[in-house]
Amino acid sequence: MFYREAGDFKTSYKADSQTFPIKFDRYRYYAVLFVAFALIPLVINDYWVNAIFMPFLIYSIAAIGLNILVGYCGQVSLGTGGFMAVGAYAVYKLMTAFPEVNIFFHVILAGGITAFVGVLFGLPSLRIKGFYLAVATLAAQFFLVWLFNRVPWFYNYSASGQISAPERTVFGIEVTGANTDAWATYLFCLVFTFVCALIARNLTRGAQGRKWMAIRDMDIAAEIIGVDPLKAKLSAFAVSSFFVGISGALFFAVYLGAVEVGEVFGINKSFLVLFMVIIGGLGSIFGSFAGAAFLVLLPVFLKNALVGGLGWPTDLAAHLEFMIVGALIIVFLIAEPHGLAQLWRVAKEKLRLWPFPH
Amino acid sequence: MPDQLIFAMEVTLNGLMAGVLYALVALGFVLIYKASGIFNYAQGVMALFAALTLVGIMEGQVPFSHLINAIFGTDVHHFSWSVPALGAILLTMAVMVFLAWAVNKIIFRHLVNQEPIILFMATIGLAYFMEGFGDMMWGSDIKKLDVGLPQGLNMVIDETTYGMFGYGFFIDNLDLIATVIAILLVSVLVIFSQYTKQGRAMRAVADDHQAALSVGVSLNFIWVMVWSLAGFVALVAGIMWGTKSGVQFSLSLIALKALPVLMLGGFTSIPGAIVGGLIIGVGEKLFEFLMGPIVGGATENWFAYVLALIFLVFRPQGLFGEKIIERV
Repeated sequence: MFYREAGDFKTSYKADSQTFPIKFDRYRYYAVLFVAFALIPLVINDYWVNAIFMPFLIYSIAAIGLNILVGYCGQVSLGTGGFMAVGAYAVYKLMTAFPEVNIFFHVILAGGITAFVGVLFGLPSLRIKGFYLAVATLAAQFFLVWLFNRVPWFYNYSASGQISAPERTVFGIEVTGANTDAWATYLFCLVFTFVCALIARNLTRGAQGRKWMAIRDMDIAAEIIGVDPLKAKLSAFAVSSFFVGISGALFFAVYLGAVEVGEVFGINKSFLVLFMVIIGGLGSIFGSFAGAAFLVLLPVFLKNALVGGLGWPTDLAAHLEFMIVGALIIVFLIAEPHGLAQLWRVAKEKLRLWPFPH
Repeated sequence: MPDQLIFAMEVTLNGLMAGVLYALVALGFVLIYKASGIFNYAQGVMALFAALTLVGIMEGQVPFSHLINAIFGTDVHHFSWSVPALGAILLTMAVMVFLAWAVNKIIFRHLVNQEPIILFMATIGLAYFMEGFGDMMWGSDIKKLDVGLPQGLNMVIDETTYGMFGYGFFIDNLDLIATVIAILLVSVLVIFSQYTKQGRAMRAVADDHQAALSVGVSLNFIWVMVWSLAGFVALVAGIMWGTKSGVQFSLSLIALKALPVLMLGGFTSIPGAIVGGLIIGVGEKLFEFLMGPIVGGATENWFAYVLALIFLVFRPQGLFGEKIIERV
């Protein structure tokens, strides 16, 4: 009744091909943006930022990146953790080498460097496919983490082998280091998340996105109708790694502040982001947000409910979390391979008619 | 003979032994992949689970004791008995067969005819689930596993090589035993799949499961059997690695060691798994020995993957894999 396209007339091609052609969708989108940019920064505090909002925003970027590669282009990658590490170490080297340049540009440059590394490790995808490729991307994961652990140049010869973010400002307001305000770090991440989502959304519904999807559905057939697999696959690796690199840079510089590479960017990180993509929905930008929100909230919820509510020991809650995440992956793959995004789509279809039967 | 060469020989021998252990894990992957097209990432966690169950049964641990204690506020942890090694192994095998049945019934029956990559991701989910389940059932502390296998320096080899080169090679008894067991296991598996009725049915399913179904082979039975076999291989691998370095979470990471072995040898070939395992074992030990000191050590973490990656670029189906033919 409320959600419908009837009476929503378009008088130009531009209006017809906009991102949210249905009025209700569009207003909801503006409302979400308004709440995210204007309301939340006013009421937010340190706990909410560190426990929920910042991980959610940063993982969303990583999930969008991986979704482009896995969901749109069909190239399964298990190297996300390694690529996030590239972003983190790139931004660290840039921050310490050029302290006078705004950190905003450092983060973007870090994304660019990660894109380059991603293309390098994406090269084998031209020869190998399916899970041979999935396993091959593990090479990136292990090699990159080892490299950052063992070559002192990357962590500026610090004694602990860790990297820690120096204090940097945007418009005179600190966004990294120890003395940051909750709203400043939140807004900094939000801007990146918003722009990344916008870029990804428009890339995937344009010509490039169609090429990726053609490669995903059947690469030989795509090649026959004129899609260049070299360009399509490598561009997917580049764009995906760009996003993943930005999320790694933010994860280190803004969220954690100090990082030990093996712990933070290990193989579990790769799986976590992959799970976000699967649970959220393969081939959907909204799904990336939904999956990230789900897997960020689940441990917080379990911890509060089991440890805080029932008084269980934390290790037991952690084991249960593993079981629940694993079971959810299987349930989603069996019952709803398109994830939360598909549930959302079905709900919208229902809303079109509700409360009438036809 | 120069010292360096003798050290290199010792490293190579140890690499061969490690390679046999990798091959043992890789074997479990190949079995399931051949029969059902599922690339089972959970194989390593199955080995961990088998080892945890074995220790738990031998020491008479109460399953889920942590959970029971947390819910009811009790303080139970052990029964008052302990089970001899052989009995415990048999009981664990029964658990693994049950697990195989449950995995097929609950998960993979519903995923028949899905794309291989979906099945692969489902096994990652299974791996996560079993990791949490195993820890919850038996606790996550590091356990010692001792089923009576000899351990430590092998004196015979030490003395013989001392007589030959003036330097005694350090070869662990356990590695020797593992090699013997792996060879036995492979021979038994090959004989089983070539000369028995069930083995023939298994190969038929691997070839074309619809055709196999139409001539009366029970797919469910074959799949449960194959997963049980993989469970058995996981148990053997779990015993070997568990005795070597304790039963703990890192045991499940041997799956990650087996993946490059598979890529190198090809997913569908039992001899490939063995040869791949040996190449990776020797390669990574020699690389660490020769290059490790120069580039900062711990190259074992990634060498196998990079080797397999470079290799795959030239031969995408692995050493012994079937040629990949694609049609539109």
